[in-house]
Amino acid sequence: MAQSEQEILAGLADIVNEETGLDTASVEMDKSFTDDLDIDSLSMMTIVVNAEEKFGVRIPDSEVKNLKTVRDAVTFIGGAQS
Amino acid sequence: MTSLRDRRVVVTGLGATTPVGGTVPQTWDAILAGQSGARPMEYDWVSKYELPVTFAATIKVPPIEVLTKVETRRLDPSSQYALIASREAWADAGSPDVDPERLGVVIGSGIGGVWTLLDQWDNLREKGPRRVYPLAVPMLMPNGPAAAVSLELGARAGAHTPVSACASGAEGMGYAIEMIRTGRADIVVAGGTEAAVHALPIAGFAAMQALSTRNDEPELASRPYDIDRDGFVLGEGSALIVLESEEHARARGARVYAELASVGISSDAHHITAPEPEGAGASRAMLAAIERADLDLRDIIHVNAHATSTPVGDIAEYNAIKRAFGDFTDHLTVTATKSMTGHLLGAAGALEAVFTILSVYHRTVPATINLDHQDPAIALNVVTGEHQTLPAGDIAALNNSFGFGGHNVALAIRSI
Repeated sequence: MAQSEQEILAGLADIVNEETGLDTASVEMDKSFTDDLDIDSLSMMTIVVNAEEKFGVRIPDSEVKNLKTVRDAVTFIGGAQS
Repeated sequence: MTSLRDRRVVVTGLGATTPVGGTVPQTWDAILAGQSGARPMEYDWVSKYELPVTFAATIKVPPIEVLTKVETRRLDPSSQYALIASREAWADAGSPDVDPERLGVVIGSGIGGVWTLLDQWDNLREKGPRRVYPLAVPMLMPNGPAAAVSLELGARAGAHTPVSACASGAEGMGYAIEMIRTGRADIVVAGGTEAAVHALPIAGFAAMQALSTRNDEPELASRPYDIDRDGFVLGEGSALIVLESEEHARARGARVYAELASVGISSDAHHITAPEPEGAGASRAMLAAIERADLDLRDIIHVNAHATSTPVGDIAEYNAIKRAFGDFTDHLTVTATKSMTGHLLGAAGALEAVFTILSVYHRTVPATINLDHQDPAIALNVVTGEHQTLPAGDIAALNNSFGFGGHNVALAIRSI
């Protein structure tokens, strides 16, 4: 079942918070995972795997490099759910 | 020009998290009060695997009470303990201002990140390779704790991890002495860490009949030198000290606990686990430490013994002490603090070095507990009942550590 962008954003923010300790409010649509949120590639992989489980989608390794901003991830997850 | 031996190495900070306390003062108070850290293990795997040993000296203050959730998630418990101990030690030393390239870290570990290894192995088998945590390797590697502490402190003179089973922590301190003496560093945070209270290490130690099976009386199980000792009690935790060149410490007006005067090291080349029964190797380590500290046998008045409470090991160490000290053996005030802390494996030598340093600093030797009937084959003056006072003036002490593989390490500590 597809979730709204806001629901995906909130779920993703929880995952990021758990892995990095970043405040959920700082996980905003236009933030870059690496440049703004300072998330390294190892943490990104953990976030991706946890997102797969949480949202019931598959995010191929080849796709991860394209998820530069939070919006990229939310859009991909939303698309994969529908 | 000063010789290497003239470049004295002093102790300016102490940190620990142990089965009897979350800090050094808590731990020291508990030890002086004769408290045991042995307790039943509260893990589901104890009954799941029907382990023959159901207790251990588990950490007194769980890391989740002092670290952030993210720190506990991204670090193996062995690194968590080291991080906690390092923060206390660094603050205790007055958070010294030091050139990062002159600051080193040496943290020994006997086993490494065994919790991570086993948890991630479960993940792999139950959920597949994609569910293995990307930080699994840096978490389980034995040098993880040294790396974590070097990151924490910004230490760039070198981060090292000696691995010599139950002598690792003492060897870490010995390595740190050499780093300072040879001019590689002005300050080194050194010691050991271990977090191996898990089903596999317990099953392994139990299979070799090294552990006490006194399941109904955990607090009475660790009884070094007692005629009824039946093995060691597995412990966990970390102890780290801040070591500093005397010159550096004096220049910044630091409080100095004692001098870590030398390390003596030897190897038995006798058997993979059994100590050489006559104590030839262990006595060489003790004598080397005494000689390298420019001390005489008669200067040593206290020994914090390795004394794990195994039937064979305690006698082998006695033989080694007798072999090294001869008639001076009677002059030694000996204690076996593992009777309270259990055996912290790669952190044991470090924690007992902290106790030895405090004994020299406070002139107080903690009593050994559970020593109801001293083994007649062990003629040592072991402190029991009340703690014992050491004399004023210049004094020196030894801390012994021995590890599977025939590793022998003795540290000499001298009053300042």
